[in-house]
Amino acid sequence: MNQIHKDTRSNKRSIVRYTYLMIVLFLALTGFGQMPIFKRYYIADIPGLGWVARFYVTHYMHYLFAILLIVLTSHVIAEYLFINRKRIKITISGYIRGALVIGLVITGVLLVIRNLASSGFPPGFIVFLDLAHLGLVMVLLMAGLYCIILKKKWAKERFKMSKGV
Amino acid sequence: MAKEISRRSFLKGGLAAACTLAATSMPEWASAANNKQQLVTLLDIRKCIGCEACVEACSEANTDKYPNPKKPFPKMYPDRVPVMDWSDKRDVTDRLTPYNWVYIQSATVEVDGEETEITIPRRCMHCINPPCVKLCPWGAARQLSNGTSRIDSDICMGGSKCKAVCPWHIPERQTGVGLYLDILPSLAGNGVMYKCDRCYNQIADGELPACIEVCPEDVQTIGPRDEIIKQAHALAKEINGYIYGEKENGGTNTIYVSPVPFEKLNKAIEKGKGKPHFKPVKDTMADANNLAAAMVFAPVAGVAAAVGKFYKMTKTDE
Ligand code: SF4
Ligand code: SF4
Ligand code: SF4
Repeated sequence: MNQIHKDTRSNKRSIVRYTYLMIVLFLALTGFGQMPIFKRYYIADIPGLGWVARFYVTHYMHYLFAILLIVLTSHVIAEYLFINRKRIKITISGYIRGALVIGLVITGVLLVIRNLASSGFPPGFIVFLDLAHLGLVMVLLMAGLYCIILKKKWAKERFKMSKGV
Repeated sequence: MAKEISRRSFLKGGLAAACTLAATSMPEWASAANNKQQLVTLLDIRKCIGCEACVEACSEANTDKYPNPKKPFPKMYPDRVPVMDWSDKRDVTDRLTPYNWVYIQSATVEVDGEETEITIPRRCMHCINPPCVKLCPWGAARQLSNGTSRIDSDICMGGSKCKAVCPWHIPERQTGVGLYLDILPSLAGNGVMYKCDRCYNQIADGELPACIEVCPEDVQTIGPRDEIIKQAHALAKEINGYIYGEKENGGTNTIYVSPVPFEKLNKAIEKGKGKPHFKPVKDTMADANNLAAAMVFAPVAGVAAAVGKFYKMTKTDE
């Protein structure tokens, strides 16, 4: 019984993991596409990637993937709080990456509000948001890479299962 | 001297305008500022005689803001990065350039059965929700609370995204100036973008923008949005004319009123680099902004799914 539970759990974990990775990949691509660099550096010349230099397209896609990220993040957090808290423990690298994602969501949402017609953030604050959003994603990508290479997990089981499971 | 004459004619124009519909007097400014309303300019293009006094006045008033690039420019990589240099062509006035923020477009069209040359001052429209400002990746372009959009030449990197996303492709680039020179000049950035800033500093001092002040024909009127929109509609009704700029790109703070349809004008004007069109423009920010509503529900959806699962689990545990 335990075995079945654990298998479905780890299956689900990898689904969450791959969905998260795909979302982050597209967010990073469309996000970096907000800077005028893909055309300059021939990325948009790669067949099939012409769209990355079209600002309105990448902007719209960034919003779409941001919505997916918010759904996934809030789901994982709620699931942790309601269901998994007793069973798993978030690692330090998990907390760090989590904080970076939440920072990205907060600065991103503020930038979405900035883009509405009636917004009136002070110019200095907008520069801060732009730079913070960019800075956070750079750190998150580096942290993510470090964790993948060193096989660091977001969370681990609080109680070790018996050997062989 | 030219300045004095223009001031005198401004006073004359201002008085005449005050007697009729216009909103060029100081109290209007104060009321616009107090109500935090956006300022709008109305251009009655029937009146324009194409004298280019506005073009000259703009350049005089804004010379200090113009770029003074250092040469030779640092080599940029890869080679395809275009060098945009207008510093030896500062006198060009037949299009928008970093050194010419307003120019006179002309169209020969039929008005009341008569072949007429219409001249139209063209510059930044100062959109209500300007994509040049909102989509600038650094916040170098900004919108003031009075609806003026301007590019901060101290932090602009010259990537030209504002020009790409502007429905009229208004901003123009000058290579060899600005912040990029201090960072990685060969690898990132390419100068600074320039465009009409609606003489924001003069407005802040309670003065009229130079092109409005100097015009001998009082082509332009500036005032709070509500009033100018009313005025534009009254004028269009009176002359059986057409309006451009009120709805374009979701609404702009520059309203043209013309005796001929803008479709006709658009066909008759010369368009191209630095020469904006008069085509209909949909609200460029709308698609993404409509998604913002979905973003509000995203966390609810995520949490609801988790709560649903929790509920199901407690049920099965029972
Ligand atoms: S807007 Fe006024 S100053 Fe400018 S060209 Fe027309 S008439 Fe002359
Ligand atoms: S017309 Fe173009 S440059 Fe001017 S505010 Fe609108 S988007 Fe910006
Ligand atoms: S408002 Fe000022 S900056 Fe803009 S075109 Fe007129 S004079 Fe030039």
